[in-house]
Amino acid sequence: MKKVISANQAVSYAVLAAKAQVIAAYPITPQSSIVEMLSGFCATGALQAKFINVESEHSAMAACISASVMGARTFTATSSQGLALMHELLHYASGLRLPIVMANVNRALASPFNLKADLSDSLSQRDTGWLQFYCESGQEVFDTIIQSYRISEKLLLPVMVNLEGFILSHTYEIVDLPEQSQIDLFLPPAPARECLDVDNPCMFGSTTDYYINFRYKMHQDMEEAKTFCSEIDAEFKKVFGRDYGLVSTYLCEDADLILVTAGTIAGTCRVVADRCRAKGMKVGVLRVRMFRPFPGKQICEPLRKAKKVAVIDRDFSPGCGGIFAQEVKASLQGINCGLPVYEFIAGLGGKDVTDKDIELIIEQTHKMPNRGESTWIGLLK
Amino acid sequence: MDRPAQIKFPIPEEELVYSGHTACPGCGAALAMKYVLKGLGPRTIIVIPPSCMGTIAAGFPFSSLKIPVLRIPFESTAISASGIRAALDVMGKEDIHVLAWAGDGGTFDIGLQALSGSAERNDNIIYVCYDNEGYMNTGIQRSSSTPAGAWTTTTPAPFVKDTPKKDIVRIMAAHNIPYIATASIGYPADLIRKVKKAKEIGGTRFILIFSPCPTGWRYSPEMTIRLAKLGTETGIFPLYEIENGEKYTLSSKRSEKPLRDYFALQGRFRNLTKENLQQFEERVEKEREYLKRLAG
Repeated sequence: MKKVISANQAVSYAVLAAKAQVIAAYPITPQSSIVEMLSGFCATGALQAKFINVESEHSAMAACISASVMGARTFTATSSQGLALMHELLHYASGLRLPIVMANVNRALASPFNLKADLSDSLSQRDTGWLQFYCESGQEVFDTIIQSYRISEKLLLPVMVNLEGFILSHTYEIVDLPEQSQIDLFLPPAPARECLDVDNPCMFGSTTDYYINFRYKMHQDMEEAKTFCSEIDAEFKKVFGRDYGLVSTYLCEDADLILVTAGTIAGTCRVVADRCRAKGMKVGVLRVRMFRPFPGKQICEPLRKAKKVAVIDRDFSPGCGGIFAQEVKASLQGINCGLPVYEFIAGLGGKDVTDKDIELIIEQTHKMPNRGESTWIGLLK
Repeated sequence: MDRPAQIKFPIPEEELVYSGHTACPGCGAALAMKYVLKGLGPRTIIVIPPSCMGTIAAGFPFSSLKIPVLRIPFESTAISASGIRAALDVMGKEDIHVLAWAGDGGTFDIGLQALSGSAERNDNIIYVCYDNEGYMNTGIQRSSSTPAGAWTTTTPAPFVKDTPKKDIVRIMAAHNIPYIATASIGYPADLIRKVKKAKEIGGTRFILIFSPCPTGWRYSPEMTIRLAKLGTETGIFPLYEIENGEKYTLSSKRSEKPLRDYFALQGRFRNLTKENLQQFEERVEKEREYLKRLAG
């Protein structure tokens, strides 16, 4: 059924369709409408889940962790400060190998306060052992949540689905909500996990010298995730007719300059790429959908023939630069070390990244003789 | 064991704590665990945050408890129990008890927010705080349960703690939860009776167990039970129950011994001044009157 809904609503409908069993959440702008809707589903019985109104995001994740240890399908959603408060528990969730799915509505971190889109919140959680997806549309948000339960329950690793605050979370678009029977076929109930069983008492999460082995296993499964997520994406396409890839490319095959970005900025980049093509400039666009594990090979392959790469980051690591840019450069190491990568910081704190900004970025890429420090776009006078 | 069936023994024989665990000799907390599990029985799932008990209960791949254990973050004891309860409920497994178990640091300090959250929602869990009045697992640092006048490694003598112990029971009583009890390892039958009573009630139940610590309190391990009893006999740790935040029932245990009997046994109170002692006596008396008034 097609519906005009916001991406936040798409998250809620996806969790309803996925039949989550325990939801624990705490409100935060711009995430709140997700949990408002879910609490409604639980209250009316549309969703047969236990909804826990916790007193903090820290407790939201703690509740998801212990419920997930019991084998329940769990969900929470947060944003920015809330995600930062969860930080300790994000490590816990992945360390206990729990298939928790969480939506994070990207918002700038204080201080100063800013409620709008900025990917730095989730990117600062990149070493916590969570798979991370960055979405571009409400439809992709819905589909990625559904895919994420399949992925997490197979790999036993938690998944964070990211959508930019307001720009995506509060934008109403047509989203195709599939029939429940189709969803049920693609996403059967969570496989039984015998964890805390009174008839077979075991200890979970205890101190161990095998710590390094646990981490190595996580590394192996993260590596496997790249293949498995592609397989799930392909299977999803067979059932629902849509796929997204770990990265998505646009006009990259013969491009001299490839714009690399994540999230909603990619759409604007494609419009500008079309305009450039009309003027004879070969510009392509690569959107990174999966950030953890980082699909370095899948990113470097389309960049193979390009002469220049411009990475546009709606995020920032102080003292370093754009986070995607650093990861792209690291991936190119040993594959195409000579490829010039230009770094642009744009749209921090929800600032619009317009077509004019993208054109400016392309122009600067042509003008700048050498790679240098990151260039900041859209600073206010 | 051959015991005539007609003799009623108040302590269940079943042991749910294995011998050979890693507690210090004379550990009050290990006894508290032993008694609580005797009261609750084997159909119990426990969550344990960082604490002495976390260390006593386990080191991979061993466990000293015969019930399922989940080690959880420090701040999250109560909500972790709530999460397990939610999962059990949604899966239709309602005959299992969920036990949240933390020390005083994990309860009075870092875990208070989550505990208040679970209590306010009246989540169906049993929360036990074993109170040894300090962060003993990390090396005897002060917690907000440490009494005034006590030495700890972060309130070094002669600059001992100068504020009184936080009254966690009043805080919990303000949540109007169905059942609150204070208990002591000095009185196992009373302790187990309270656990069994809590077991029959739904909602959030909170039990504070006085658990002397020879390592942190600086006394000889064989004195643990004597100190536990003295705690109550001097009025330092009164035993009582609160139902629904309003019905107070005081234990019949007398509290008439002089406070100095209690202090004299412990190295941590070596720096106690006459002034401190007087303040203590006043506080204990005030608390005695307060509880009497509430119990009616």
